[in-house]
Amino acid sequence: MLQGHQTWVFKNRPVIVATGTVAGPFEGEGPLARDFDLLHDDLWLGQESYEKAERKMLEEACEQATSKAGIQKDDVQFFLSGDLVNQITPSSFAARTLAVPYLGMFGACSTSMESLALGSLIVNSGSAQRVMCAAVSHNATVEKQFRYPTEYGGQKPPTAQWTVTGAGVALLSAQGEGPRTTAATIGRVIDMGISDPFNMGSAMAPAAVDTITAHFRDLNIDAGYYDLIATGDLGRVGHGIARDLLKKHGIKIPDDRFTDCGILIYSEEQPVIAGGSGCGCSAVVTYGHLLNRMKKGELQRILVVATGALLSPLSYQQKDSIPCIAHAVTIEIDH
Amino acid sequence: MSEKAKKKLTPAQQEYQDFAQAREPKRSVLFNCVKAFFVGGSICLLGQFIQDFFIWNFDFTEKTAGNPTVAVLILLSVILTSAGLYDHFGQWAGAGTAVPVTGFANSIASAAIEHRTEGYVLGVGSNMFKLAGSVIVFGVFAAFVIALIKTTLAMLGGS
Repeated sequence: MLQGHQTWVFKNRPVIVATGTVAGPFEGEGPLARDFDLLHDDLWLGQESYEKAERKMLEEACEQATSKAGIQKDDVQFFLSGDLVNQITPSSFAARTLAVPYLGMFGACSTSMESLALGSLIVNSGSAQRVMCAAVSHNATVEKQFRYPTEYGGQKPPTAQWTVTGAGVALLSAQGEGPRTTAATIGRVIDMGISDPFNMGSAMAPAAVDTITAHFRDLNIDAGYYDLIATGDLGRVGHGIARDLLKKHGIKIPDDRFTDCGILIYSEEQPVIAGGSGCGCSAVVTYGHLLNRMKKGELQRILVVATGALLSPLSYQQKDSIPCIAHAVTIEIDH
Repeated sequence: MSEKAKKKLTPAQQEYQDFAQAREPKRSVLFNCVKAFFVGGSICLLGQFIQDFFIWNFDFTEKTAGNPTVAVLILLSVILTSAGLYDHFGQWAGAGTAVPVTGFANSIASAAIEHRTEGYVLGVGSNMFKLAGSVIVFGVFAAFVIALIKTTLAMLGGS
């Protein structure tokens, strides 16, 4: 049901009955390693190409989710997934393996919450019993496509981020026990004229702020409603900017309740510069770490605001600025 | 950002960019320059040792020792690139590893490794000069212009 301008409220409260998270070697060295279902110590995953490794990771995450829920893949009616590779091939090719009716998503790094929001809408409306929502990214495929070859020795500026190798899947169901999605705010595309692809945090921060502001306005709530608000992959630079920008707009979020998936996933000692990014970043942190904290009773209500930079290598070379988007989903658990 | 690009921004965008810039960590230009000076200098020093090695041990003159010296440096750079070490070194050293011939070799080797999965023709062959290509194009053109100027001056000077 639409509430306000751009927020859906899910009256039937779809349940995230199971999740699947798979991550790479670098994420395995990070502080959240224990929250992931599967960790790979090889970026190739035994495949011939990184693109195939990305696909394999997504397939494994889907398998984890269905087996944890004790269902077969045929019991899933729709599969919603996206990634950052050209024409989202890892998602589409994984959907070929799954053989589940599929909708391809693209929202850059906001794909995790874009697919969760749409999946929730489908389940909430009774259009499906079970929907699988996914997002995946692989460090090497993204670097190859958007930046330089991985082994190129160019110096990255202090605002650059490290693409997460990881796949996160949430299995939504109309019935069951677990964390529930209760609302979602679909973001507008915001472009503040930033054109440096090594400065995604600054480019995406205004989109996150716009969506958070709209979410509070539409639902007529404030930050006090949530135990935690997590932005997707703003990193240390972008998150700091978003924090100050919210203050400037008169929205108060206590510092200890405002975090970022791109900051959480790596430790400060890891050479990731400003933090993590990529479709898989908010997916594995939300479906692994944050939902685990909810199940342990540490958190009851969270808002995940996944942020995406909607650029292409071509648009950047043609000197276009970087349009950005953020989608927010409320996840609650009853104890 | 250039002044021309700035003019296209709306006042709200301009205000935000100033706001964001005040919160972004800056590249340490001075520290980077010092590192680049010493790392780049050390690579050249290594090159000098290699050149002297060829002159002392083999039948090379100062002029002819240049080619094998460059070949050794390129080989070292490609080995480090293949071992996945050069990019970490480059992140720390900046221009120090990018400017010498080792940086040029790294840009070619890294692109070749990156596109190996697309095959030898469409992958390695057509992509290995992805980064180095523009260096060659503008390097050759700059050399042409300089040669033209030199020739013209020589003709005018009559010598």
